[in-house]
Amino acid sequence: MNNKVTRNLYLFPYALWIVLFVVAPLLLVLYYSFFDIEGHFSLVNYKTFFTPVYLKMTLSSFWYAFLITVIALIVSYPTAYLLTKTKHKQLWLLLIIVPSWINLLLKAYAFLGIFGTKGIANSFLEAVGIGAKQILFTDFSFVFVSVYIFIPFMILPIFNSLNELNPTLLDAANDLGASRWITFRRVIFPLTIDGVKAGCQVVFIPALSLFMLTRLIAGNRVITLGTAIEQQFLVTRDWGMGSTIAVFLILIMFLIISLTGNRKRGV
Amino acid sequence: MVYKLDQRITPLSRIFLVLIFFILYAPIFFLVFYSFNSGGTMYHFKSFTLDWYKELFQDSRLLIIVLNTLVIALVSSLFATIIGTLGALGIHSIRKQQTKNTLLSLNNVLIVSPDVIIGASFLILFTMAGIKLGMYSVLLSHIAFSIPIVVLMVLPKLSEMSPTLIDAARDLGASQWNVLTKVVLPFITPGIFAGFFMALTYSLDDFAVTFFVTGNGFTTLSVEIYSLARRGISLNVNALSALLFLFTLVLVVVYYFISQRNRPGRWGVKK
Repeated sequence: MNNKVTRNLYLFPYALWIVLFVVAPLLLVLYYSFFDIEGHFSLVNYKTFFTPVYLKMTLSSFWYAFLITVIALIVSYPTAYLLTKTKHKQLWLLLIIVPSWINLLLKAYAFLGIFGTKGIANSFLEAVGIGAKQILFTDFSFVFVSVYIFIPFMILPIFNSLNELNPTLLDAANDLGASRWITFRRVIFPLTIDGVKAGCQVVFIPALSLFMLTRLIAGNRVITLGTAIEQQFLVTRDWGMGSTIAVFLILIMFLIISLTGNRKRGV
Repeated sequence: MVYKLDQRITPLSRIFLVLIFFILYAPIFFLVFYSFNSGGTMYHFKSFTLDWYKELFQDSRLLIIVLNTLVIALVSSLFATIIGTLGALGIHSIRKQQTKNTLLSLNNVLIVSPDVIIGASFLILFTMAGIKLGMYSVLLSHIAFSIPIVVLMVLPKLSEMSPTLIDAARDLGASQWNVLTKVVLPFITPGIFAGFFMALTYSLDDFAVTFFVTGNGFTTLSVEIYSLARRGISLNVNALSALLFLFTLVLVVVYYFISQRNRPGRWGVKK
């Protein structure tokens, strides 16, 4: 049989893609991280990264990503849970996903109008007597818009794992006298933890690296790792430093993936 | 106290769901609503007008950008679908579990990587390889980041397919080419279509990667909207977003029908 030949024929373009666009770029980032801005080999970028300025930025980036993930989870879990109980649940799920297909930039742009000084949010605040506030270019607006953008991505995996849950288990818990809260804590949540982990993974990693939102919505008040990388690559043009930050972001990414477990294991 | 699990949704939770849907859709309708505002701002609705749409259709630069975006999306999805499907067929035929898992992990790297990393590393790659930043670098990047999603869409279909189907075809004298075109490909077609559509939406949505690898002469819609939005509010963008929203809805409906077709049993070989 010439099975092997065919298989290699199939795999050739794909393998070429893996080498050129998966492995090579990662290695290049690592390689570039060892060069200073003048193109000399040095470890100065790593030294710079461990100065308080960069460590503080990394920490604050982590904090924002954490906040965004937690809030998104708190909103998404009940939503996913309730969605699984609706009549046409697949249709409702689709409607939840549709906004995530709308261009990200347009959603950010919408919030420029909503949160603007004379925007609808401020008119509302004035109407209820709180008075107009600066909403745009604050931490609040950044977290709010980020959560808004990530909610569908969090709901989807949680919905899927809730949907796969065997309802007889809940009947069993009920028969054995478990209260609703105990059923949730001891049965539902542990059985859907994979979905929660997957959701946290798809929110946390991008939240660390958002850069257009920090520019448009947070008005450069919030600097995430992503903003720093973009700044180094496209503004300062210090590719070495940019790559160094990227190396750390990649390390963090692999750490999070191993922590949250790869759902796709052994497909 | 006995309660049934698929009990009806309580009014309170109904309000919660309505609120979530409201929050998700309000900004989008807000944009569309003000695209008809003659006032030129996003806070005071003066009167109804279609001027912004007229202006949009007269802006030849923007129309070229829209065209660029569509061409890049279609061409890159096509290439990504071909390479991704071949890759999925290849991965599926590998017997050794370890090799399979390694390939899958490598496949998923670009899916989990933040856009900034993909953009920055591709920027280095193209610069090192001497590829001029512009249309081709954008096209190559879009193909590159769409391939893994196609693989992920096609692989489950392949594992769903019973190997006895292929054995049967072989027994009946089908050549390898026939097995592929007459048995395997028809079976995985829904997966291929789903992959193509996902690739299409990935490409249309992408901002960050394009932002990194595009040169001065070439822009896609996302990058253009970003630079417009940085300059402040202009209702052209609202009109544009209304049209894009409609376009997205069309895509969703198409996708919905494809996924309906995707239901097992259609090919009469449900396990």
